[in-house]
Amino acid sequence: MSTPRFQLRSSIGKKLLNGLTGVLLLLFIVAHLAGNLTIFVGKDALNAYAATTHSLGPLLIVIELGLAAVFLVHAGSAISVWRDNQAARDTRYMVSKSKGAASKQTVASRTMIITGLVLLAFLILHLWQFRFGPTTPAYQTTLPGHAGEVWNLHLIVVETFKNPIWTALYVVVMILLGFHLRHGFWSAFQSIGALNPKLRPIAFSAGVVFAIVIAVGFLLLPIFVYLAPDPNAGVLGLVKP
Amino acid sequence: MSAQNGTGLRSYKLKVWRQPRGAAGGKLVDYEVSGIDPGMSFLEMVDQLNESLLKRGEEPVAIESDCREGICGTCGVVIDGMAHGPIPNITTCSLRMRSFPNGATITVEPFRAKAFPIIKDLIVDRSAMDRIQRRGGYVSVNAGSAPEANATPIARDVQESAMDSAACIQCGACVAACPNAAAHLFVGARVRQFALLPQGHPERNERVLAMVEQMDAEGFGDCSNHGECEAACPKSISIENIATMRREYMRAAVGKR
Ligand code: HEM
Ligand code: SF4
Ligand code: FES
Repeated sequence: MSTPRFQLRSSIGKKLLNGLTGVLLLLFIVAHLAGNLTIFVGKDALNAYAATTHSLGPLLIVIELGLAAVFLVHAGSAISVWRDNQAARDTRYMVSKSKGAASKQTVASRTMIITGLVLLAFLILHLWQFRFGPTTPAYQTTLPGHAGEVWNLHLIVVETFKNPIWTALYVVVMILLGFHLRHGFWSAFQSIGALNPKLRPIAFSAGVVFAIVIAVGFLLLPIFVYLAPDPNAGVLGLVKP
Repeated sequence: MSAQNGTGLRSYKLKVWRQPRGAAGGKLVDYEVSGIDPGMSFLEMVDQLNESLLKRGEEPVAIESDCREGICGTCGVVIDGMAHGPIPNITTCSLRMRSFPNGATITVEPFRAKAFPIIKDLIVDRSAMDRIQRRGGYVSVNAGSAPEANATPIARDVQESAMDSAACIQCGACVAACPNAAAHLFVGARVRQFALLPQGHPERNERVLAMVEQMDAEGFGDCSNHGECEAACPKSISIENIATMRREYMRAAVGKR
């Protein structure tokens, strides 16, 4: 038999890729949420945040392409793992039950491919709506302390989420993201061999907290925009007469 | 004491997977057993069923067993959807009928995985595990006789941890219980057992690479960290062994000894 080699295509290699990109996506999702929270401050805060990222110029393109690669490797490795697993059990059990106790099996762990594919479809829609949203003169605005005009991302956000259908869709997808993260959070660290018997239970429990914080953090945003009488003023708009 | 916990003889309705040798499929067949002592093992209950089947001139249920004391690893079946039945950390042969309330319906199926083809009824071919074992589940250096105790000091916890991994009896319950039919717990235990001890170090990299290669070639699934294997393992082998295998696999990539 030929000398065995390290293979990224092996069952272990695929999960190393899936886990490593998973950890990067965890970092990304935290950063993304932090940026989005500027909406609660108001129109200028969000547009200033957008203007700052755009001022990165070519570096932004590099970051975006890197992120796209991370998403593609993550989804690709995940789909490949899923296909292997479909093939590995050709006859299903008539009765199947978790044996509990040590098991880490959850609704979340069993539906990773579903929540993942929803996230992939959502990602395309989401980029289409916002990253590649309208830039016509109607979507330019001024920003205090900023020469000339900037892109009015805030207007796109408000226009989108004043529509209850978009708000409802985003809320549902964010709940599914929460499920993906409930298993994904601890699983990513396990996949790259970063856990030991002490850390494992902590990471497993922390996954619940992480999932809830991220999902709720994101879904409050469309709800806020939908309900706020004056989203331009941020949360202050809620208390102003 | 209720009838459920009493020591009186019990009756059960069984649904047993029957699949003739060489057949592509099978089905659950209903049986009834009575006069079952709660202290009987699950296998003894099946023996009793088989005796009554033989008396009626029917084909007995094929089920594997050898030691009947939890060490050989041959007896595994899936009982009520759980590998080795509902009680954690024991084999099917150690399972007692007192774990099933009188009158219960019990479903018995073989371990199901593409890499474990069904031979007959509840017996599956687990030689895929032997073939993985042959790719590195041993040391080929001459380890000699027991060395002088202080010549190669090994910390007590390391020694215990290696022993925990070595407790694997190659029963295949981890594969049976895994939603992905992955064999990572078994292979991880083998890899970790040798990775922790100096005798395993000369072949450390080749071992993990070869065993993983064979595991994939046999058609086992990939690990999604469901952790169901640990729950089903009669020897409480932890998924720490899977984490170790992943670390060893990465280590082998950079060629470190
Ligand atoms: C915001 C986007 C996403 C985040 C933050 C994210 C995060 C994660 C994390 C942290 C893991 C655990 C990795 C591991 O167990 O090694 C994971 C696993 C997984 N992801 Fe994602 N993911 C995202 C998008 C996607 C997409 C677009 C797909 C598309 C198919 C996907 C499918 C999966 C699947 C199937 C798994 C489980 C793989 C397995 O069975 O072991 N994810 N994800
Ligand atoms: S790891 Fe546990 S369940 Fe898997 S083969 Fe070994 S003893 Fe059986
Ligand atoms: S018959 Fe040997 S372990 Fe059950």
